[in-house]
Amino acid sequence: MALLVLAFSPRQPETAKGYAVGDVATDFELRNIDGNTVSLSDYKDAKGFLVIFTCNTCPYAVAYEDRIIALDKKYKELGVPVIAINPNNPKVQPGDSFEKMKQRAREKNFTFPYLLDEGQEIFPQYGALRTPHVFLLEKQSRGPVVRYIGAIDDNYADAAEVTEPYVENAVDAMLKGEEIAVTNTRAIGCSIKT
Amino acid sequence: MKITFTWLALLLVLSGCKPEAQKDTMDFLETKPPKNRVEGKGFSIPVYDFEGLESLLHQDDEYTYVINFWATWCAPCIAELPFFERLGTAYQDEKVRVVLVNLDMAKMWETHLVPFLEKREMRSYVVVLQDPKQNSWIPKVYKDWSGAIPATLIYNSGLRKFYEKPFSYEELQSELNNFLKTKTHENPDHTTDIRSGTPGTGIQPPAAGNS
Repeated sequence: MALLVLAFSPRQPETAKGYAVGDVATDFELRNIDGNTVSLSDYKDAKGFLVIFTCNTCPYAVAYEDRIIALDKKYKELGVPVIAINPNNPKVQPGDSFEKMKQRAREKNFTFPYLLDEGQEIFPQYGALRTPHVFLLEKQSRGPVVRYIGAIDDNYADAAEVTEPYVENAVDAMLKGEEIAVTNTRAIGCSIKT
Repeated sequence: MKITFTWLALLLVLSGCKPEAQKDTMDFLETKPPKNRVEGKGFSIPVYDFEGLESLLHQDDEYTYVINFWATWCAPCIAELPFFERLGTAYQDEKVRVVLVNLDMAKMWETHLVPFLEKREMRSYVVVLQDPKQNSWIPKVYKDWSGAIPATLIYNSGLRKFYEKPFSYEELQSELNNFLKTKTHENPDHTTDIRSGTPGTGIQPPAAGNS
């Protein structure tokens, strides 16, 4: 029956670009605000990563800054650090220039690397579509495997009103070796400026 | 500041050609009391949660609905708003309804949204969608919408398409013309997804047929 349906379906849609949960994510070598480059392979002891595409200028990204810092503080010592990547083209969005990134990181005391996706080659590989957009990776023998894609939690407007902390739930389950209940979520965010 | 300057520039561009036209109303929305209203000089805009807004996405009547999701903080949204305004005017005699669904956060209403609307005097029907449970309502607008804006839904009784991308006026007009040609009850459930740079990621109609 299933075969029949497939046989008569219109041509399969093109696979959407970017990763699905279960895919192996690419490593990268991007410039951090401290001038050094950062790669996933630098973190020999990490169990995973919270790769978060975010920026200075999107109000949703700004609304989540404190929560991103809290995630890093909570999970870095458990082996899952935050790695923030600004995917925007600073020529299109001057508020997201490397200098402005440094400034914002200083003002907010970012505890995590804040990298610029220079040339914008990394975010399309991940399939990031907006800021903020989270990719939880788990280090496995075959490489960093995508375990969760989506929003940080279910209430951008008020951290106190969050009922589902998606990212925390996903990292907690991953670290316990349990199944992650919710692996894909959505949220309103700013499109990435190219 | 920079933002103000951009708005001012847009305003200058627009002010030369502002049409006088009857403002459309959406009676089916107004049947429910809105959760709130955003008031300013010359306007009072209803605020709905998704449940209150949902009927806007599923009207089965003679109109073609062009529904744009936007926010004042979204620069590409602001850049394309004049095209939606212009479209509404150009097609006002062709059963086209342009609706601008604003997604500004509540704390930005007084500081950003009201001043913006007071300057721009929007002709299109504007409604605010205020529902922080985005993960539950975004897929109800379109199953593969990531949540990034600008985003636009165009539908009528015969065709339904979702666009997660910014528009030029010409593109918008060309899309709308397709809808006006296909106002039938043929395949109302097929929503096609058009992302910038990746045509055809959604359900394709069978190759044979009317296109």
